[in-house]
Amino acid sequence: MKVMILSPALISGATSDVKLMEQKWPFKGIFGRFDESSLQRGFQVYREVCAACHGIRHISYRDLKGIGYTNDEIKVIAGDYEVVDGPNDEGEMFDREALPSDKFVGPYENDKIARLANNGAYPPDLSLIVKARANGADYLYSLLNGYKDYPENFEASEGMYYNEFYPGYQIAMPSPLMDDIVEYSDGTEATQEQVAKDVTSFLAWTAEPELEERKSLGVKTLFFLILLTIMLLGVKRKIWKDVE
Amino acid sequence: MSKDTEKKGITSWIDERLPVFTFINHNLRDYPTPKNLNYFWNFGSLAGVTLVIMIITGILLAMQYTADTDLAFDSVERIMRDVNNGWLLRYIHMNGASMFFIIVYIHIFRGLYYGSYKYPREILWMLGVVILLLMMATAFMGYVLPWGQMSFWGATVITNLFSAFPVVGDYIVTFLWGGFSVDNPTLTRFFVLHYLLPFAIVGVVALHLVALHQFGSNNPTGIDVKSDGDTIPFHPYYTVKDYFGLGVYLIIFAALVFFAPNFLGHPDNYIPANPLQTPAHIVPEWYFLPFYAILRAVPDKLMGVLLMFAAVAVLFLLPWLDKHRVRSAQFRPYYKQFYWLFFVDCMILGWVGAMPAEGIYVTISRAASIYYFAFFLVIMPILSRYEKIGELPSSISSAVLSDKFDKGTESYAK
Repeated sequence: MKVMILSPALISGATSDVKLMEQKWPFKGIFGRFDESSLQRGFQVYREVCAACHGIRHISYRDLKGIGYTNDEIKVIAGDYEVVDGPNDEGEMFDREALPSDKFVGPYENDKIARLANNGAYPPDLSLIVKARANGADYLYSLLNGYKDYPENFEASEGMYYNEFYPGYQIAMPSPLMDDIVEYSDGTEATQEQVAKDVTSFLAWTAEPELEERKSLGVKTLFFLILLTIMLLGVKRKIWKDVE
Repeated sequence: MSKDTEKKGITSWIDERLPVFTFINHNLRDYPTPKNLNYFWNFGSLAGVTLVIMIITGILLAMQYTADTDLAFDSVERIMRDVNNGWLLRYIHMNGASMFFIIVYIHIFRGLYYGSYKYPREILWMLGVVILLLMMATAFMGYVLPWGQMSFWGATVITNLFSAFPVVGDYIVTFLWGGFSVDNPTLTRFFVLHYLLPFAIVGVVALHLVALHQFGSNNPTGIDVKSDGDTIPFHPYYTVKDYFGLGVYLIIFAALVFFAPNFLGHPDNYIPANPLQTPAHIVPEWYFLPFYAILRAVPDKLMGVLLMFAAVAVLFLLPWLDKHRVRSAQFRPYYKQFYWLFFVDCMILGWVGAMPAEGIYVTISRAASIYYFAFFLVIMPILSRYEKIGELPSSISSAVLSDKFDKGTESYAK
């Protein structure tokens, strides 16, 4: 309990005072698992919307196996991207199609050009965004749905947007989502909430691709440890029976 | 070879020349231990186990980690994603640091309650404080290695504290940094020291054990062992009790690692270090918060720094601040109350250390800091002199066997 009270993660972090739109995420809890179809839809949203400005540089194309794509599908996905490789034997750098082992190619060559293209703001890499914010999944979902018109008397800055969940309420990213911004091939209705939910799930996966393995190993480990400890308690009691 | 040695076998042949088996027998098997130790006496061995876990996971992580400002953050993410079971190693190591401090803090509070620092265990206690200091240094430098925002800014804030010292301050800071800001030289030296210091801790732990085994463990009554009836052999009694305690500990540890691995961390540390962007709140890891609170409670920077160090250093003086002849708080009605107040005080300091240094929090942190030092420097010496106590049980055995024991202690309080 002491630990809970002292946990800095609980105390600071999300700095806006508006209550987050809390969602029931299937990957929360001891037995939490990702919803694979939601992850794939989220990946589609990432590719068609977010990827215009945000990278996921910690993810390799081959990692998509983790959300249910086959090797052949991954090769096709990777083939849509070009990476600079080299130098070759002539000493030249050259472009080639990305391989499954390459990391996701980001939208910008460097930070400077990213800022230049975005009115001075830097669109952060999204691989870890869910882990890098307090209550990351709920925060991200809320942020994506939190755009509003400027309240009266609010001093709006040039090129900024009002979002009630963003620290300071002004964010450089325009509202990225709306109803039917993507068309889902599995027939799911692409409402803004659904799209936000899917892309948040996808980014929860990019932040913690080990989550399912971790939790299932955790359950087994705890089961073993609890059994072992109960047995040790029995042994301890037996040995100590005659003392005192 | 004579028949005699043949009979004794290889163990005694070795033992005669290098008495390892005698040593093990003496220190881990027959070793007479008070029979009334409660579960708070498990925490020493738990700390030892944690140290071993930290060193093993740390060595494995170091095989994959790159200490370079451009690569450190990504190398940690590579461990998390691409190294086989890398996430497990890293989460064990990361949460292991927190578990280590929880264990050691309980171990210290145990010593404080039962007077384990008193004659003849003063050096044992002081070696423990040295271990705590080494742990703090190691943990601080370890937190810098992932090179996230909190790593960088925590390192900047803490190293900057030394600039408070007049004249030499800036030189010290430059010396620590290896340059004029926290940068690559800082990261590489922190990595080297983070790898080195745990082995220094192992050394001091060995001395800690030598000092412990000189007089044996203290016990909940604080009364010296008077006869063989007061003790039992370490094995199997305390080995099995330690194993059981270890089981409980590992359950908690595993729950944290597998189900809430980032609960005790700060989300900002998953943002790569950026020297141009200061986080809204720079907070140290939870185990430093009480000391951080003391630091910030003082308006003068130098005084704050000195008091923060003094908060640990005062522990060295404990055996001479509390000279009351009775060890255990069980028999000291007044000390017991001040002790629990002190415990709550430390919790408050930890809590307020995580709050912004403004408004009511400043007042709370000041009051709590004053009590922290008053407990050691005022209350302890006064109680040593004036606290009256009733009759102590004549021996550990009689204390354990007496049915009226609990009622008896109650009456002292009245």
